[in-house]
Formats: sequence, structure tokens, C-alpha cells
Amino acid sequence: MSSTSQSPTHHTSTIGAIGAPSRRNTELALLAFAVVIPVFAYANVGLAMDGSVPTGLLGYGLGLGLLAGVAHIVVRRYARYADPLLLPLATLLNGLGLVVIWRLDQSPRLQHRAKILFHAFSPDAPKQLMYSALGIAFFAVIIVFLKDHRILQRYTYISMVTALVLLVAPVFFPAVNGAKIWISIGGFTIQPGEFAKIIIAIFFSGYLMVKRDALALASRRFMGLYLPRGRDLGPILTVWAMSLLILVFETDLGTSLLFFGMFVVVLYVATERTSWIVFGLLMSAVGAVGVGSFEPHVQQRVQAWLHPFSDKVMAQSDQVAQSLMSFGSGGVMGTGLGQGNSDLIGFAANSDFIFATFGEEMGLAGVMAVLVIYGLIVERGIRTALAARDPFGKLLAVGLSSAFAIQVFVVAGGVMGLIPLSGMTMPFVAYGGSSVIANWALVGILLRISDTARRPAPAPNPNPDVEMTQVVRP
Amino acid sequence: MSELTLTVMRLGFLAVLWLFVIVAVQVIRSDLFGTRVTQRGSRREAGRQQQAGRQQAQRQQAAPPPQRGQQSGGGRRGRNAPSKLVVTEGTLTGTTVALQGQTVTLGRAHDSTIVLDDDYASSRHARIYPDRDGQWIVEDLGSTNGTYLDRSRLTTPTPIPLGAPIRIGKTVIELRK
Repeated sequence: MSSTSQSPTHHTSTIGAIGAPSRRNTELALLAFAVVIPVFAYANVGLAMDGSVPTGLLGYGLGLGLLAGVAHIVVRRYARYADPLLLPLATLLNGLGLVVIWRLDQSPRLQHRAKILFHAFSPDAPKQLMYSALGIAFFAVIIVFLKDHRILQRYTYISMVTALVLLVAPVFFPAVNGAKIWISIGGFTIQPGEFAKIIIAIFFSGYLMVKRDALALASRRFMGLYLPRGRDLGPILTVWAMSLLILVFETDLGTSLLFFGMFVVVLYVATERTSWIVFGLLMSAVGAVGVGSFEPHVQQRVQAWLHPFSDKVMAQSDQVAQSLMSFGSGGVMGTGLGQGNSDLIGFAANSDFIFATFGEEMGLAGVMAVLVIYGLIVERGIRTALAARDPFGKLLAVGLSSAFAIQVFVVAGGVMGLIPLSGMTMPFVAYGGSSVIANWALVGILLRISDTARRPAPAPNPNPDVEMTQVVRP
Repeated sequence: MSELTLTVMRLGFLAVLWLFVIVAVQVIRSDLFGTRVTQRGSRREAGRQQQAGRQQAQRQQAAPPPQRGQQSGGGRRGRNAPSKLVVTEGTLTGTTVALQGQTVTLGRAHDSTIVLDDDYASSRHARIYPDRDGQWIVEDLGSTNGTYLDRSRLTTPTPIPLGAPIRIGKTVIELRK
């Protein structure tokens, strides 16, 4: 039975897991590791800044450990065959984010700044721990109650409407720091774009699953490209126009890039036509140049990107310049946790610009490790898509992981000066309730898809005929 | 805190971080480098040839690792029992389903084991199930366009030979060991 002879001529791609072990113990071991690393980092920050192990060490360690434990038990109980890597990776990022936010809380400069601006300083790390707990709770709710991701397919068009409402809502609220991406309800401010990203992924995958044949097959070939028919351009034009409207009315570069990028990726995966990528790139270039020519907020961002150290830009905001200096002074090995000066960034140092603190205090080595961890999350998402046994699950997993990847690229690229800065947050790491909760929900859905994909096929519902019909046996 | 301790901690932290990354990559090693594909002949001759070749190989290298670690259960299954169903053509190419004594349903219905995204497939197109002897049977469930085993359209539940293509619309599946 155990033939080990290999035939290289036969191409079998082993994507599905065959009688896959559940791998929950692997996940538990990695999870323990993922909790220990932030605790170590926390002690490191305390020792570097005060010369003593911080008193809150036990609290944060236990808090993070408890959250990870709860998440693990939920996954073990309700999604036995889910991917073993996603949860530890997300936990590690969340833990590292907590440590760096706590480290920035200790900064005298930021405390002083908060006292001048808001007359009071309140540490953000406890709040972030609470948001993480909410995120894990949301994650658990998704794993427990979403028995099968295919249920989401029923809500294709409801998701479209919900996502549109969420995206449009911030227009009616006042702009915060130049971007209208917030809505405030009874004292709580939430960033609906973070949730819209998940909901619209459901719409894109449900819609494109149905329409993909029309979009893929009805086309003419021209210069090696498949040109779609005019009427098939409708969906891409609609999404394009929508993201331009977001850019103009909400002055939010990141969200519009995220939605259009995600749509193009899912469209490409659904139709297997390279021409959609070419069209997408052309359209985003046209849109970006067009809007950039008249929208002052966008022009300002582009100026800060092209000339971060010029007097004109520095007079408005020195954030990008300070961020670049942080990355530079970190060098290859970093200055060590708690020993950098990234708090000079001032405003948004622990949210949009948190990656600069990673860059300064952990250096290139640490930043690369964090980026590889993000990459692994995306890889697991794409892998889940490959293993999924239904087209909707495939497209949804691709959509969610590409949204995650685009978000990391947009934020990291903006902070490092590769592309113009946009007001988005680094998933899991940056301070912000909406972001943490939405990203835990995203990981929850990916885990659900991977559980369905890797699970040995379930016994289908017994055929009612079998019970009704009596079989005559000789 | 002394400079030396902090330097050690700084480098130690980076080392631990990378160690985590490396451990994580080890867990998904098979994804990156591919799993070893085992192929056994469906015909007797091929089987015998491979048998001979394998014995030779065994003589050459001391102990080739057995490849059946993944397989579980089904003690009464014979030597030639298929262990998986592989999609070889169509949009789901490469997808595999482990056969563990359960019925596999195919069709456009969302609750099918393999959900076919194909206008030529019916919502409940066909099913594949083991009979009491463990022989896998394919049955057409009254589909519009029919299910083909090799070249012939199915009219009755039919036993599936290993490696025989079952065609449903644009999708082709086969059983493998």
C-alpha cells in the first residue's frame, strides 16, 4: 500500500488536505510562543525605560494569554480543522501592537503633548487591550454562529447596500484631521470603512461568482489582451466611480485604493483574464491623477510624499519627515525597544504611524519579521482559497486576504515614503477599536472558510426517500 | 540598566521574533516545497512494475519513509481502495476530497460536497458513495445533461474503476488511491 515510487510526469496538485489532521496542538504551541514574545518585549521596554520590570507585566501577559486561550478553545470546539497558523500570527501582531502602544504611552513627550492639547493624558494601551478583547469576542461569535461561510452568499446584495451605507455615512459627520472616515454614535466613534471592507468582499465574491462567465468569455482578443464588451465594463466602472467619490468627498486615499484594488483582484481571480488587471491599473492611474489635479487634500499628501523635508511641507506637518528619520535611525538592528525617539512624530504616533516605532526600535530586522508575519497571514488566506471546495468561498478568501494585503501595503508604503500617505491603520498593530475588531472578524471568517475546506467531507443529510421507501430484500 | 544587558535583550528579541517566523514557516513547509506525490498504477501490470521498481529502490536506499501517514480509518478497505477524489478539469481543478466512507454529492446546490460552478451541471447532479462492500459507486441523480464515466453516459449506479474520468459538464473528477 505504501508505494513510494514517484512519477514526475504525473501532475497532481495536492491542495486539499486529505484526511487532514486537525493540527490544533500545533496551533496551541505556536499560540503560547506568540504570547511569550510580547511579554518578553514588554519586560524589555520596562527595563530600558525605567530600569525595572514593569508592574503591569503580569496583567498584560495574563490578559493576552487569556484572550488567546479563549480564541483557541473556541476554534478547537467549533472549527476543528481550521488553519493552524492564522490565530497565532494574528495574536502575535496584536500583542506586539499592545507593547508598542504601551511603550508610546510611557513617552514623556507624548504625555506632555496630550496635556497641552487635551488637558489630560490617558494611556491608550488598556483601551487597546479592551478593544482586543472585543475583537476576540467578535471572532468567537463568528466562529460559533457562522456554521458555514456559504450562508453569506445569500446576503450578496444586502451586503452591497450595507457596505454602501457604511461607506457613505461618514460624509454626514464632521471631518476629523482632514479625513471624513469616522462616524460618531453616542460618544463612540467608529471607522465604518474597516467593517465595510469585509462586507463588500462578500458582495464582490457573491456577485462575481454569478457573473464571471459573462465577464470572462464574452470578449474580443486584441494585441494579446482580451477586451471585454462595453456593457461588461459596467461593474468595474461603478466600483471605480464609487472609489473616486470616496476619495473626493471623504478625502480618504486609503479606503478608495483598498476597494478598487480588492475588486480588481477578485475580478482577476474570478475571470482569469489579465486584461482586467491592466484596465484596473489604467483606471486607478487616471482616477488618481484626475482627482489629484483639483483636490487640495490629495495634493498636500502628494507634496508631503515627494518633498517630505521641504519647508512648505514641514510647516504643515513634519509627520512623514519624522517617520522617515525614525526608520533611518533604526538601522539594521534597531535602537532597542523603548530606546528610540519615534515619539517625535507626535500626532497619530501610535495609530497611523506605529510602524515607524517598529522601524526605529526593532530596525530593519524587526520590520522584515513583522512584514513576513503579515505575508504569512495573506499566504494562509490564499491557501485557504485554493483549498476551498466552492467558488464563493474561494473568491471570498481571496477578497479578504487581498484586502488585508493591500491595507498593509498602503500603510507601510505610506509610512516609509514609498507611496503617498493615506489615513489607514496597520492591521492588528495600530491603536484603534474599529481596526482591531474588524480584523479579528476577518481572521474569523478566513478560519471558518479554511475549516470548511479542510474538514473531511461531512455526511450529507439523509435522503428522505430512503426512510420513506421500503426496499424489498429477498 | 547596563548597556550590555539591553544589547543582549535587543538582539535576543529579534532572534526570538525570527525564531517564531521560522517555526511558523516550518509548520507550512509542505505548502512551500510541495508534498511528495505518490502515484500508483491503476492497472495490474503497472502495479507489478512499480512493485519491482519499489523493491529495487528499497534495496538501494535503506528505509524509504512510508507515505500512508495521512490515511486514516477504513480498516476493511482493500489494497486497491481509493482514498481521495481529485478534480482534474474545470474551475475547481486541483481540489481533492478525502473519501472516508461518506457520500460525496456534486452539483450546483450550495450544500453539495463539491459545489460546481457550471451552467451545464444540475443543482443535484450526481453522487458518489460506497456500497456495502466498500466499492465506490457513481450515480446520476436525474441530471439534465448527464454524467459520463469514461465515454458512456450513466443510466444506472455504476462502480468506479480507479483513475476513470467522471465528466460532469466542464468538470472532470477521478478517484485515486
